[in-house]
Amino acid sequence: MKRFATLIKQLDSTNKTNAKVDALAEYFKVAPAKDKVWTIAILSHRRPPRPVNTTLLRTWASELANIPLWLFEESYHIVGDLAETIALIIPNSTTNSEKSLTTFLEEIIALKQKPEAEKKAYLFQNWTKLNYYERFVFSKLITGSFRIGVSQKLMTKALAKATGIDQDILAYKLMGNWNPNEISFNDLVLEEKASDYISKPYPFYLAYALEDKIEALGDVKDWYAEHKWDGIRAQVIVRDRELFVWSRGEELVTDKYPEFEVFTELIPDGTVLDGEILPFPKGQIGTFNDLQTRIGRKTVSKALLKKTPVILKAYDILEWQGKDQRTKPYSDRRKKLEELYQQVQQSGDNPLHLSQKMTFNNWQEVAEERSKSRALHSEGLMLKRKDSPYLVGRKKGDWWKWKVDPLTIDAVLTYAMRGHGRRSNLFTDYTFGLWNDDKSELVTFAKAYSGLTDAEFRQVDRFIKANTVERFGPVRSVTPELVFEIAFEGIAHSKRHKSGVATRFPRILRWRKDKKIEDANSLEELKNLIPG
Amino acid sequence: MAKKPLLQFTSKGIYCPPAKVYLDPWKPVDKAIITHGHADHSRWGHKQYITHHTNVPIIKHRLGDITVSGKAYGETFLINNVKFSLHPAGHIVGSSQIRVEHQGEVWVFTGDYKLEDDGLSVPYEPVKCNGFITECTFGLPAFSWVPQQQVFDDINQWWSTNQAEGKTSVLFGYSLGKAQRLVKHLDTDIGKIYTHAAVENMNEVIRPLADLPATTRITKDTTKKELLGNIVIAPPSTHGSPWIKKMVPYVTGSASGWMAFRGARRRRAIDKGFVLSDHCDWHALLKAIEATEATTIISTHGYTEIFTKYLQELGYDARTEKTQYEGELSELEQKKESEVTE
Repeated sequence: MKRFATLIKQLDSTNKTNAKVDALAEYFKVAPAKDKVWTIAILSHRRPPRPVNTTLLRTWASELANIPLWLFEESYHIVGDLAETIALIIPNSTTNSEKSLTTFLEEIIALKQKPEAEKKAYLFQNWTKLNYYERFVFSKLITGSFRIGVSQKLMTKALAKATGIDQDILAYKLMGNWNPNEISFNDLVLEEKASDYISKPYPFYLAYALEDKIEALGDVKDWYAEHKWDGIRAQVIVRDRELFVWSRGEELVTDKYPEFEVFTELIPDGTVLDGEILPFPKGQIGTFNDLQTRIGRKTVSKALLKKTPVILKAYDILEWQGKDQRTKPYSDRRKKLEELYQQVQQSGDNPLHLSQKMTFNNWQEVAEERSKSRALHSEGLMLKRKDSPYLVGRKKGDWWKWKVDPLTIDAVLTYAMRGHGRRSNLFTDYTFGLWNDDKSELVTFAKAYSGLTDAEFRQVDRFIKANTVERFGPVRSVTPELVFEIAFEGIAHSKRHKSGVATRFPRILRWRKDKKIEDANSLEELKNLIPG
Repeated sequence: MAKKPLLQFTSKGIYCPPAKVYLDPWKPVDKAIITHGHADHSRWGHKQYITHHTNVPIIKHRLGDITVSGKAYGETFLINNVKFSLHPAGHIVGSSQIRVEHQGEVWVFTGDYKLEDDGLSVPYEPVKCNGFITECTFGLPAFSWVPQQQVFDDINQWWSTNQAEGKTSVLFGYSLGKAQRLVKHLDTDIGKIYTHAAVENMNEVIRPLADLPATTRITKDTTKKELLGNIVIAPPSTHGSPWIKKMVPYVTGSASGWMAFRGARRRRAIDKGFVLSDHCDWHALLKAIEATEATTIISTHGYTEIFTKYLQELGYDARTEKTQYEGELSELEQKKESEVTE
């Protein structure tokens, strides 16, 4: 535990990714094998089941700190993290524990079955005995989610550095269902298997947003246009009769989309496709809201699969018959993709769809097509030069995104909540309201957390602290006074929202210091923006 | 008929009607008694200032040509028959609590204070009173300071490690108070202490009042090479400014009570946080209140509502009054006029 707590302290002592990778890599070189497996498990969110519910944790922690429960709750709202609050309010100890991380985790797993009195005794014993960082880590292990500013990707990078094994291979090895209690470090990480390599994706080619006038792209005949769909960018790999689905975050998400399993029968070995995973409820492309029900689920229920199936809207082919196609012109790659698509189509209904490629006679026609985007649930257009190779990373020149402008509306700040993590103790999570019909009331329509500079956040934070009307736990209602221009990508009717409207990716565009609350828009005006 | 309170909270500041004098007012007044030199307590524009004599050069440095008289700790002075005296607050050099006595009633206004001896300012002394007006910047049980020696061991260790890795250490602390406390306790066997102009200007004011180790002002002639491996003390507002580029390669640290929260450090994109404050932590606030034997407690700034509710549960006659004092928050979040970068 001492070593692991020291690692967390080191990660907490730097703001630089490279220094974090170094600290973690050093840990992976020297820690006992079993602890390493647990560290990988914890940092990839494979935590043991929570042995004590948070109500009991709060009650017991406030008891040990000798403060009333309400005072613990207030502190928690301000600190913004339960384990951190517990570590802070319990009187400090300078001793540490010689027990290993693995021993602690075994004890925590066993704790779940113990009677309440034993649980309490175990927590009190450790809370009073451990020093600050150990107490923090211990409490994190008990509360579950171990978010400490170390992503799975950063962890994988460090593990690659410590072992010399390729990062993508490691990402593959670490995916899926493995039990840290049963697997060895050797089996999980070190042992080389030929099968590790068949999952390897290509780096994604990413486009910049178009800055210039569209005409600056030159001859319209040199370009293909496609609609830009709002889903999850993914690479689909079929090699050795096995399927691998990688998201753009370089995360293996194969298990989340079981409907693609059929590709192993339809698509020949040695094929890599680039495309967009899209929701397809009722045989039509849905909204991102629909897809949201699928993201973040490790296992998908049959009911959900039926309600919100997904498709792959393919737009590129990166590997064909085991050969890298990326240096070939896009037009050639498209032709191969279309041939493959025709072939797959013959086997009947399946989740492979083709992204429609469009050609136009002039840029005016392109602009007209773009204006239809919102009604089609697309975000705008992608423009790809016909002779472009498939590059690595975000590059200018051959691919451009030409999104439709976001919708905007002026709304009034009505409620605020303190942020979490790096925004804890600062009011950064805002709720916005629009006027009802007779302008007598502000109706909540969206929450937004981003779009202001740090300096503006501090100003708004001060305003909120000075203009609080009522407090509801962590939430405060504030005097309606500040007007913000809120931008959003999409809009739809919604039964779940009080306003009757759901907006996609609302964020603050700017602070309208020039506007009074009377100048803010109404809910009616928002509803007029809904297409159709 | 209820007696008029000895101290009133007005739109200009805390006012003592029988003496016709204000304590740390935030709007211009005729006569002001000032607890200490931070900007939210000693403002510009009063006709007459009264403060501890070690604070006189400090506020003169900040406010320029003002009419000010200096008093010693414990020295009693009468204003319109109201008895006043200043007592050590231990917050920064020259900081005081203000004791007010009239017709047998005694009130104490703390300004900002801490109980731990920082080795630089005269340590806090409890003053018995009926009513106690206290700050509670860190009035939450989540704030619990460790002894400063432990923090300075950590800071010096951090400096040594950075030096061994070929990096310059840049440590942020506000220029009046925190900067001198840091300078005082750095281990100069490790290397040299460099300072930002705003810090060095203040060091020059403090040096005749307190014993400080040698520091070197960073000027445009200071080279990157000579800074390497040494430590730089700078105001928080320099973080992310062009001025700091001269320190490359550097590691940043911040010394503040707010560093107790991981989120506060991460939000500011600072590498290392040291929990070091010139304010009371939770336990110190409660201990200080108990020592005054006061029954009425008024909280002025910080987590006032939460702190007051807790005091009420303990049986005190406690309430909150709105003031324009900002505590350590302002020191960390705001750019000060005196901290203009070169």
